[in-house]
Parts: sequence; C-alpha cells; structure tokens
Amino acid sequence: MARRQSPFPAAGFRMRAAGLRLAAALFVAVCAVFAALPAQAELTFPPLTGRVVDDAHVLDPATRAALDAKLAAQEEKATDQFVVATVPSLQDTSIEDYANRLFRDWRLGQEKKNNGVLLLVAPNERKVRIEVGYGLEGILTDAVSSAIIRNAIIPSFKSGDMAGGIVKGADAVLEILNLDPEEARDRARREAQSDWSEEDIENLILLAVMLLFWGYIFWRAFRGGGPRGPAARRGRGAAAGGPITTWDWNSGSSGWSSGSGGGWSGGGGSSGGGGASGSW
Amino acid sequence: MSALVQSLGRLKAPVFAVLAAMVLSGCGVNVIPTSEEKAKAAWSEVLNQYQRRSDLIPNLVETVKGYASQEKDVLTSVVEARAKATSIRVDASTITNPEQFKQFQDAQAGLSGALGRLIAISEAYPDLKSNQNFLALQSQIEGTENRIAVARRDYIDAVRVYNTELRTFPGVIWASILYRGNKPMETFTISEQQMQVPKVNFGK
Repeated sequence: MARRQSPFPAAGFRMRAAGLRLAAALFVAVCAVFAALPAQAELTFPPLTGRVVDDAHVLDPATRAALDAKLAAQEEKATDQFVVATVPSLQDTSIEDYANRLFRDWRLGQEKKNNGVLLLVAPNERKVRIEVGYGLEGILTDAVSSAIIRNAIIPSFKSGDMAGGIVKGADAVLEILNLDPEEARDRARREAQSDWSEEDIENLILLAVMLLFWGYIFWRAFRGGGPRGPAARRGRGAAAGGPITTWDWNSGSSGWSSGSGGGWSGGGGSSGGGGASGSW
Repeated sequence: MSALVQSLGRLKAPVFAVLAAMVLSGCGVNVIPTSEEKAKAAWSEVLNQYQRRSDLIPNLVETVKGYASQEKDVLTSVVEARAKATSIRVDASTITNPEQFKQFQDAQAGLSGALGRLIAISEAYPDLKSNQNFLALQSQIEGTENRIAVARRDYIDAVRVYNTELRTFPGVIWASILYRGNKPMETFTISEQQMQVPKVNFGK
C-alpha cells in the first residue's frame, strides 16, 4: 500500500510491474481452472423421482410400490431417508465414487442428522453398494453393510433374481435401522426440525443487534444534544476493529425442502463414504 | 435547517463505517479466510480418516497372522509402513509446506500399497477368507479406504477454491493487502490408481 503512494518517479513503473504481475497471475489462475475442469469428470445423475429410482428397469411396478411404501414408512417412523436406486451405467467410475456423488447430489437424509442410506445397484457392471450417511455410520457400519451385501443381496443376484436381492437387501437394512426401536425413536425426536435453522436465527439476532446499534448511533447524532463526539467516535472504532458483516444466509434452500408434502426430495444430508460394496 | 446539516455532518463517520463494512464484505474481503477455514476442515477430515485406517491395522495384522503366518514379508512390510506413516509429524502447517506434505503423502501411499498386498495375499487362504473377524476387518479397511478417497476429494476441491481465490481477482488484491501471510496449499498428486480401494470379489 505504502509503496504505491510513494512520491518517487519509480512508483509509476512499479505499479505497472505490479499490474503486469497481477495480469500474469490472473492468466495463470484462469488457465489452471480451465485445465482442472475436465479432470473433474462430470457425471450425470438420474433425477430423484421417489424413494425407488429404477433407472435400470429391473423392478416390476408391484415390487417398486411395495418397496416405496416400506421406505416411506421408515422415514415416517425415524426420519431416515432410505433410497433404492438402480442405474444402467456407472459412467466409467467406481461404484464407490458414483454412489457417494449421487448421494450428495440427492442430499439424502435430514440436514444435520445426515441419516440417509442409498442402496445402489448397477446391474450391467454387476456392482452393488450401500452408501451410508454420516449420521447412520454408527448403526449401519461398514462391517454390517458388507454382511448384508454378502448374505442377503449377492446370493439372489447370483441366481439372477435382481428384484429379490434388492428387496432382501432393503429389508435387511431396515431391520438394522430398527434393531433398537428406542434408538430409532430418539433419532426421530432429535432436533425436531423447525423451518429456521439455528444459523438463521443467530444471523437474525446479529442483524437485530446491528440495527439497534446503528439506530442508537443515528439517534444520538440527530438528537443534537448530549455529549459531543463519543458516539461517533465509538462508531468509527467499532467499524475499524470490529467484525465486518459476515452473516451468510444459507445459500441453498436445503432446510426448507424436506418434510413438505407432495413432491419428495432429499433433506440436505451428506455422506463421507461410509458403507460397503460388492460384486457378483 | 442548519441543525440538520450539522447533524448530517456528524453522521458522516458512522455512515461511512456502515458503507465501508458493506462494500468490503460485498467485495469478498471475507472469501479468503472463509475458504481457508473450509480447506483446513477438509484437511483434518483427511487426517482423521488416515488415523482411522492406522488404528485398524494392528488388529488386521494379528488376524492374518493367525492363518497365514508364513507370509512374514508382507506382514512386516505392513507393520513397517504403518510405523513410518505414524512417525511423520503432521499438523495444520503441513498443508502449506510442500516438503512435509510430500513426505506425508509418500508414507501414506507406501502404507496403501502394503495394505493392498496384504489384502491380495489373503485371497489365497480360504480359512482366513471365511473368518468372520477377518471379513469384518476387511470391510472396515475397505470402508476406510473409501472414506479416505472421499476426504481427499473434498480436500482437493476446497484447496482448489482457496488457491484460486488467492490468485484471482478480487482475491489477489485482498491477499496482497490483508492476507500477505496466506500461502497456497498443497494438494494430493499421487494418482487415484494407487489410492484405489483394494478390490475384493466375494465368494468366487
């Protein structure tokens, strides 16, 4: 800063050099971003049309409806969002990678509870995965998920019964989720979701405090009377050393989307790669 | 009237302060610290998952030893690789220190390789493969490898955002004025190939 204000003739040259360096840095960074883009292999995901997304068409309508009802009952009971999906292609990535990205794209599980489960089947690649949200990793552990895949799903898949394997796998997952009914009820009760997240409320309070503060300053200034200066000075001090406004309203509409009747969507949960996979 | 002008004059400072605060945050003065914190959080998740893997290994080694003690070479290489990986001191400053970061990365890659071999040789021992304890441990190791992959991906994304912000407009201006100490962070360079989850085929 000080350098730029220097009265010496060299300042102009330095500024130009700085400008050049800036331009060079910008150029490099922009190139880097463009170079990085293709590396981030873009996958396309099927839309989340319901709790059973049968994109590979291996389930008949009756099975799909029965499965959907079971999954809906589980969300009703414990707020867990359990989705069964079949995809025709993994788009040249591993099932672990695909399942995690799909899970995050759909935002399964309630926000903050992250209690989503995704049973993903890729019949053409002969791969299956149970992807577990952060919040359920303690119940549906990797070892348990792996056992479900090994014992409930793979045998049916091996004998060619896709629908049977999927139903058995989903039943086993539901059984584990409800092993401890007390715990399942707790999960549902925990943080009965209000439309306002804690963060929103904090932001609102901060806003109100700031408005009050500035209102007070204005009021003092307009009133004319009172001790001269200190209010204004205090105001300036706060702006120089104090916090610069940092509230950021939740950008996504995450918290709002869940629980609304009619159209069903993910609740804003995430997964860090818990679960297990298998092939047959 | 003159009173109003006078009070407006006195208002200048607070009004200026409000405007300055709004303009500054509007111009992204907070973006660098925000993305820095995100990248640091992603880094601690990476460390967390590597630690988790490291914690699982002794148990796995013991279990394999029970069935395949003749595979001494592979077993000791795993133990040594683990010791090497855990001996490297890692903290928040590692991510801005290319040398330390490379050490960490190499040690973890070495452990990944040794573990992969251990899982591969276990295929040759049917008794081991049907051992429930081993199956559980194996699925935990696989799950952890996968969590590591996810944590690494998140970290790489967070660092990309942060480094890009440091080098692009308007972040580059803020970096030169307010955040001179902020260095770009290191990111993983070892190919995903080496980091792949050990592949296991069930019941073949």
